[in-house]
Amino acid sequence: MKENTRDIKFTLNGKEVEITVNPKMLLLDLLREELKLTGTRTGCEVSACGACTVNLDGKAVRACSILAAQVNGHEVVTIEGVADGEKLHPIQEAMVNHGAIECGFCTSGMVMSARALLLENPRATREDIKRALQGNMCADSGYVKYVEAVEMAAKVMQGK
Amino acid sequence: MEDMKNKFAVLGKSVPRVETPFKATGRAKYAADYEMAGMLWGKVKRAPYAHARILSIDTSKAERLPGVKGIVVGKDFGGFKWGWQAHTRDESPLATDKVRYMYEGVAAVAAVNKDIAEEACDLIDVQYEELPAVFDPFEAMKEGAPLVHEDKPRNILVEYHWNFGDVDKAFADSYLVREDLFQTPRQSKGYIEPPAVLAWWEHGTLHYIGSKGSPYMLWRIFGRAFNLPLNKVRVIQPIIGCDFGGTKNDGHALDFSAILLAKKTGRPVKIVYSQWEELTTCLRRHAMWVRIKMGLTKDGLITGLYTNVVADGGAYARMSPVTMYLTNGFCTLPYKIDNFRTDTWNIYTNNPMAAAMRGHGMYHTRYAIDCQLDLMAKELGIDPVEIRLRNSIDNPKPGETYYTVNKLRVATCGVKECIEESAKLFEWDKYHKTKKNGGPIARGAGIGASGYLSGARLTGHNSCSAIVRVNEDGSVNVQTGASDVGQGSDTAMCAIAAEVLGIGMKDVEIKRVDTSYNYPDPGSYGSRVTIYAGEATMKAAEDAKQQLLEAAAKEMNIFAEELEIRDKKVFMKADEARFLPWLDVVRAACYANIGNVVIGRGVSRKGTKGFSPKAFSTGEGDVGTNYGFAAQINEVEVDTETGVVRCTENSAMADDCGFPLNPTIVETQCIGGSYHQSISSALYEEFVMDKGSTVNPNWIDLKRPRVYEAPFPKFAHVITNDPYGPFGVKECSEATTCTGAPAVINAIYDAVGVMIKNMPATPEKVWRALKEKREAEKKK
Repeated sequence: MKENTRDIKFTLNGKEVEITVNPKMLLLDLLREELKLTGTRTGCEVSACGACTVNLDGKAVRACSILAAQVNGHEVVTIEGVADGEKLHPIQEAMVNHGAIECGFCTSGMVMSARALLLENPRATREDIKRALQGNMCADSGYVKYVEAVEMAAKVMQGK
Repeated sequence: MEDMKNKFAVLGKSVPRVETPFKATGRAKYAADYEMAGMLWGKVKRAPYAHARILSIDTSKAERLPGVKGIVVGKDFGGFKWGWQAHTRDESPLATDKVRYMYEGVAAVAAVNKDIAEEACDLIDVQYEELPAVFDPFEAMKEGAPLVHEDKPRNILVEYHWNFGDVDKAFADSYLVREDLFQTPRQSKGYIEPPAVLAWWEHGTLHYIGSKGSPYMLWRIFGRAFNLPLNKVRVIQPIIGCDFGGTKNDGHALDFSAILLAKKTGRPVKIVYSQWEELTTCLRRHAMWVRIKMGLTKDGLITGLYTNVVADGGAYARMSPVTMYLTNGFCTLPYKIDNFRTDTWNIYTNNPMAAAMRGHGMYHTRYAIDCQLDLMAKELGIDPVEIRLRNSIDNPKPGETYYTVNKLRVATCGVKECIEESAKLFEWDKYHKTKKNGGPIARGAGIGASGYLSGARLTGHNSCSAIVRVNEDGSVNVQTGASDVGQGSDTAMCAIAAEVLGIGMKDVEIKRVDTSYNYPDPGSYGSRVTIYAGEATMKAAEDAKQQLLEAAAKEMNIFAEELEIRDKKVFMKADEARFLPWLDVVRAACYANIGNVVIGRGVSRKGTKGFSPKAFSTGEGDVGTNYGFAAQINEVEVDTETGVVRCTENSAMADDCGFPLNPTIVETQCIGGSYHQSISSALYEEFVMDKGSTVNPNWIDLKRPRVYEAPFPKFAHVITNDPYGPFGVKECSEATTCTGAPAVINAIYDAVGVMIKNMPATPEKVWRALKEKREAEKKK
């Protein structure tokens, strides 16, 4: 039995990727299992926890609920593509310095949701931040310092 | 706070956590992120009955499926059973004779990929004889009820009956006596990372990478399960995505199955549970029925307390004997109670297993007592903050000790100050004069106060050991057997070593636990890590420091006693201008004579006196090393038309953790514990069960706390410097896991006058309670 396959081409963390995928493969499995980018976490597989959030054309989406084939021709950024080499992105830096991160399993998703928000709205208010992070479940931080860290990052990114 | 900031160079300051840069960039490796060449994927086959005898298992069809490399069933484990203690060893890795809860594992498959493993599970043909089942602990206790375990009459897993003082006389002498029944829901652990394991055999040694917060528990269990000496069991710890005392603290079908499949196939085997498997089959918080009777004087002082608690233990014992001790034994904190009696049972049912969870045990009775206290305070016309202050245990003077009536030893207690501080931050006195109710929205505020043990001491191994190795380039490795599951203990250990050695955080490194190279350690539970591993690390660093001082003394031609280290300089105390740089001293120490390795060793001694399990039957004695305390106040908004309750940002919290080694970590821990594991059950979360089946095993139907309703508490640290913790520390966040629920439920009571006695306070429950209240008022 010959497997049905599809050739796709997309930008991943700034680099062109050409790969043959099974049409039923999820973007999450493509990233984790095929491309070995394990920073995108598998939490619930039903779009409820946000641990697998990536940016697709700058928007925050759940990699567990998108087919790999659907990113053909698009731009994907994962947590591995956020920092500038060893230099942390302001969102990451604020989360580290402000003590937002505990077990860290939700952190990749938090960073990706916050990144998409600040790309779209650099002057995001606390309410905007809460709305952007509402799909990202955390189990231990209480969210307070995550929200405050994104507020701080927004200021840094605006040069304040 | 000012004092604590200046007392130390590193401790007491909010230095960033050591591992978070790796977590922020996605580089942190959790168990599911590991893979090996030749690796197979495993999957557990599960039973579709809550209670059934296994008649036969036919794996032949599955074996013929191309890509299947191995299958194991329960009998392949040779009758091995495990449990917390010898008398509770009632569970097999995979069911053998019968299944006792829905979706219990009966077989496991290893195949070349996940899809084939799953398909093979479907091809395993298991014949069952369905048995009558029991799901309600009160039904299960009746004579003639179906037995979950044939050797446990009336399905009683454990029962205790304790008596301290004279409760009957206390009630007879009381001005007010009240009895209420409170009920806590079945709650998930709520961690986002599902359990995962990668197992392989190499050089006759079992290798295991798994998401386990107490790796040495598994080290011992695996040794027994696979008949291996402990030096051939290597449990390697990845980064852990939270634990809270559940499946990641103990074994489950995936752990044993992956190991045996790896042995059978000669290849590495990886099993990752789906969140569905976690939420249907893994360990959850006990549901409890807490009947309490409390007596008060006219001034609101507690005269006596009686608790009658029944818990649903589920299909296997796990930690339930400890749970029932903690649930009742801690009723005597944080208020003074001289007369106390308990009757309590934990009951086997055909529901999924219950086990320890953050705020273990105490969370249930704290909800009941702190909410009943508000009902009674209202009857007496006493303010909720005031009645707590009147009853709170006073902070013993230095050198003095307060013993509860059941002999819990309290050397420091900041609960009064926690209540005062949170009331001050919240502006409690002003709140009720100025609060505005608008339209259908009613606002209210409630308070909860609690204590929790730190440095849990159970039977067997309790102490912790540490190594501090000073390398020839001046860098330092800290190694303990203790586990950071997200609480920040790795940072605390590095900070302690840096403080003692007079060096910076960047000079210190800590690695994950590897049972082949670290000292055995009980694990991450009972808020024991910083107390024990902290003491061990402090002593190990002091040992290393002494070796360095002696090397420096030789170089400087003076006595080691005359030297001190600060800011990476070894200097003469009497003349700080005479010093050697850190690196020079390290080199002198390492290269002296033919070469030397500077290794400091330390062992915690506080946990060496174990708590006798006999004392569980009397309830007398102390399982803690010391006790942390907390209070919190929350505001809620109740929509009186829909019954929807939400927390507002307006809230306050004060925590007495003795001395916060890292204030930011303490704050995040306390706020998180309160919201995710306590307010969650107060407002949102409950597994809905139907004949043993979990109806809502996903995070769409099972509601968990999210950011948009998160309280943003103003926070106060209460410093009590406990003599039994290293640098004065005690637990943080398990106390606030006990204060969140009563604070929110009491806030609803304050807002609309209905007390929700069976959490969570879902819109339907609140709406019905409001309707009943309106109808009762009409009748008057």
